[in-house]
Amino acid sequence: MIEVDNLHKSFQGHHVLKGVSLNIPEGKTRVILGLSGSGKSVLMKHLIGLLRPDSGRVLVNNQDISAMSQSELLELRRQFGMVFQQAALFDSMSVTENVAFPLREHTRMSETEIQTTVQQKLDLVGLGDFAQKYPAELSGGMKKRVGLARAIVLDPICVFYDEPTTGLDPLTTNSVDDMILEANKTLAVTSVVISHDIGSAIKVADDIAVLHEGSIVEDCPAHEIRNSQNPFVQEFLNSWFEKQ
Amino acid sequence: MNFIAELGNHVLGFFRELGRLCQFFGHSLRLCLKPPIRSHLIIQHMEFVGIGSLFIVLLTGFFTGAVFTIQSIDALTKVGMESMVGTTVLMAVSRELAPVLTSLMVAGRVGSSMATELGTMRVTEQIDAMEVMAVDPIKYLVSPRVIAGAIMVPALTAIFDLIAIVGSYSMAVGVLGIDEGSFIAKIQWFLDPYDFLQGIVKAVFFGGLVTTVGCYKGFFASGGARGVGEATTQSVVISSISIFVLDYILTSILLLFSPAS
Repeated sequence: MIEVDNLHKSFQGHHVLKGVSLNIPEGKTRVILGLSGSGKSVLMKHLIGLLRPDSGRVLVNNQDISAMSQSELLELRRQFGMVFQQAALFDSMSVTENVAFPLREHTRMSETEIQTTVQQKLDLVGLGDFAQKYPAELSGGMKKRVGLARAIVLDPICVFYDEPTTGLDPLTTNSVDDMILEANKTLAVTSVVISHDIGSAIKVADDIAVLHEGSIVEDCPAHEIRNSQNPFVQEFLNSWFEKQ
Repeated sequence: MNFIAELGNHVLGFFRELGRLCQFFGHSLRLCLKPPIRSHLIIQHMEFVGIGSLFIVLLTGFFTGAVFTIQSIDALTKVGMESMVGTTVLMAVSRELAPVLTSLMVAGRVGSSMATELGTMRVTEQIDAMEVMAVDPIKYLVSPRVIAGAIMVPALTAIFDLIAIVGSYSMAVGVLGIDEGSFIAKIQWFLDPYDFLQGIVKAVFFGGLVTTVGCYKGFFASGGARGVGEATTQSVVISSISIFVLDYILTSILLLFSPAS
């Protein structure tokens, strides 16, 4: 579904992505694992079309998005949903207004249809009773759930998660992992998760790609990551297991 | 040598920033005309800019009219022309003081608020979220604010003019004993509608300028709370200086079209 081919990107002489190639098959959950500063967020911005590569291609359903015009990109992005690290909810809007935002902008639904769809999505993420709350009144985990409801409200073909468990306590981390698994099962969407949390990655991923210093150093099914022979992956895994 | 290089960098930086600001303004203007026109957002911002600033504009307008009258009478009495006080005050107010002072008030209250709001949205990824949701953040966040500013600052300027007349009249006729008939007759005789029009035209530009600078600084804010604070301060400073520079340019142009010239 999404194919990244020999992607290069530099910022002010700093080579961030050094020939990244990656395949994200339809209906699967792909986790891109890496340390802070490894280029994960830059890679994800290329997948959504927020950044254009210096060289290389990003293909979505065989269409090269790096060659698309701005209006074509906007059209494509309607088929994507994204859950941000800090949820990025509009703090001047209630939960309902946040989730309804993409519907109001991109559909001709009546107000009744919008309210029904929003309630369905909020029920799906377990926040049906919090529709009238404002983001400031929600916990970190709840905000991520609202972020997911907003990301899936237009029934996207692919959902991106940017560091979904960063800064959360272990219980909330578990609940966010369950939320991702539940969303994948219910909606049958393709998911791309950017993370440095190995525990969550192993739990939610079908496949894991490890990004280190701008290159993919490991790409394998999630259950095989422990058998990786790559020294960096070994070190990464060992440091995590020592903490447990 | 280092000093010259440093100076050169500052000058280049200034023009680079000016270029980006003009590009940002042009982009937001172009998007104003592109459907969908979000009239509810324009009205919402018009209320914030106009109704929200009304009290400080009324207060500033009244006291500007009153204080300027006291100062002018003091000078005009020396040449026996105190009956000209209304004309003097209103000409200065309508041509210069009303648009400039109103815009400075709006820059302090509205421009700073826009910079803070958009800056916070930037550092908390709300603007990125909008882009990912295929909504152009400049069209959604900036264009309605710029339109609201370009409409409401002239409206506030007209109110400033009106309340300054009240302030001047109260002081001249009510307190300082200038003959009421003479005060009004001189205004009718010497003041031209073009004097007021000049001020209103300037206010349209100032309104667009103040809101564009506020939005621009907020839109590109970075570096967390500190970055938002810096963006807010810079928006007020840049707006204030730009108002005076633009005022000079507009005055030079508008005087060419004056019926008296």
